[in-house]
Amino acid sequence: MNDNVLIEVRGLKKHYNNGKVKAIDGVDIDIKKGEVVVVVGPSGSGKSTFLRSLNLLEMPTEGVIFFDGEDINSKEANINLHRQKMGMVFQHFNLFPHKNVLANITLAPMKLKKMKKADAVNKAMELLKMIHLEDKASEYPAQLSGGQKQRVAIARALAMDPEVMLFDEPTSALDPEMVGEVLDIMKDLAKNGMTMVVVTHEMGFAKEVGSRVIFFDEGKIKEENTPKEFFENPKDPRLQDFLSKVLM
Amino acid sequence: MGEWFQNLSDKFYLCFIDDDRWMWLVDGLKNTLIITVFALIIGVIIGIIIATVRSTYDKNGEAMKKKGGAGYVFLRIANAICSLYLTVIRGTPVVVQLMIMYFVILVNQQNGVIVAIVAFGINSGAYVAEIFRSGIMSIDQGQFEAGRSLGFNYIQTMVHIIIPQAVKVILPTLWNEVIVLVKETSVAGYVGVVDLTKAGDRIRGRTFEAFMPLFAVAIVYLIIVIILTQILKVIERRLRKSER
Ligand SMILES: Nc1ncnc2c1ncn2[C@@H]1O[C@H](COP(=O)(O)OP(=O)(O)OP(=O)(O)O)[C@@H](O)[C@H]1O
Ligand SMILES: [Mg+2]
Repeated sequence: MNDNVLIEVRGLKKHYNNGKVKAIDGVDIDIKKGEVVVVVGPSGSGKSTFLRSLNLLEMPTEGVIFFDGEDINSKEANINLHRQKMGMVFQHFNLFPHKNVLANITLAPMKLKKMKKADAVNKAMELLKMIHLEDKASEYPAQLSGGQKQRVAIARALAMDPEVMLFDEPTSALDPEMVGEVLDIMKDLAKNGMTMVVVTHEMGFAKEVGSRVIFFDEGKIKEENTPKEFFENPKDPRLQDFLSKVLM
Repeated sequence: MGEWFQNLSDKFYLCFIDDDRWMWLVDGLKNTLIITVFALIIGVIIGIIIATVRSTYDKNGEAMKKKGGAGYVFLRIANAICSLYLTVIRGTPVVVQLMIMYFVILVNQQNGVIVAIVAFGINSGAYVAEIFRSGIMSIDQGQFEAGRSLGFNYIQTMVHIIIPQAVKVILPTLWNEVIVLVKETSVAGYVGVVDLTKAGDRIRGRTFEAFMPLFAVAIVYLIIVIILTQILKVIERRLRKSER
């Protein structure tokens, strides 16, 4: 296996209701270190299920997922340790409402990495500076705007120093004027070499920072290419149809 | 008018002062409170255990099934036992449970108060379990996923993320259960316990006066419930504050 490959997916299937719903129906993909893989596709095509399978929030029906060369779905694997290295950002933020911004960010490093409080706080303040929210450290999630919440959620994931960041439609629940501030943070991350898998409808983001764009349809990868080829020269008819709708 | 008042105070004297009969009510009240408090403790312990088993089975069962081994088998059996317990306890009247406990299961235990504590504890355990479980289940699944995605295991996620939030949902409902329980213990007389209700009934039997002792009993219950309700309001206000 190539040293550069961070995540290797082979023959991934996820079926629901005893196979009646084939949310993922045979997916193979390698995700290399430093790559930004953008996943697009129509609603219900299996994008979220795919992303959530990567850190086993969904248990695959079939197939294997290697992370750092280890089969994370084997009985011996400790999924909790792997997840510490896979940050995830959700469409609905999922900040912890009973903790303030600082505590949201420091919780996992302190409890899971046994980081000292002072160190965790320092690190959190650095991250807050990066997302331009250093003045919100002691606010509670309920006091933040959607865009601010999502930026904190990104910081919370980054606090664990993950090797890859998984984003599931991070801007879909935001008011339009807040989409930019979140995408800017994500672009910075990409430029700094973070490996990212991003499910999104933001085609501009895909074009600008995507290393590769993947088209999901009916639980399968129907097309994958560089952003330029993907958007300028789509081959799959379903993708052509999809692009004609979203790029209008 | 004067005659009517004289009559009333005579009856009052007969019911409560004569023979220090008000002490019967005090002793009865003591038993009512003892049964309620200890039954509640037992109920909460049973409730936590059952809610843990049931929600673990619901939320983490699939993952444990995959890992296989004794843990999953144990969880499945425990879950089945819990379901059976909930069905039986919630499907039968508490008086019947109390009598079965006294006359069938704990026949050698002569102390009715202890029997009542056990019976009401087991009974309220079923309701407390469902309160805890629905409290845990009421927390958005996204919270659970956020915890797991950071690398917290199932128990850590529960302890650090889910339970602190669930407590806010649970506490008011749990306190309501206390209010229900106080009133429910009034059937303890069926197994020879002289609780508040039974004490009032005894005064009635001795004095052939029904109005005074029974209203006195009713008023005492009412006062307890009003106090508990006020506490509930304080709890709710505190919780709302911490919500911000
Ligand atoms: N828990 C579940 N039980 C049954 N079916 C499910 C479950 N989760 C997802 N599905 C189905 O799997 C398919 C893929 O869902 P998924 O959420 O991955 O799609 P998606 O591409 O993320 O869609 P969207 O753009 O709407 O988020 C859908 O048909 C969905 O209804
Ligand atoms: Mg989705």
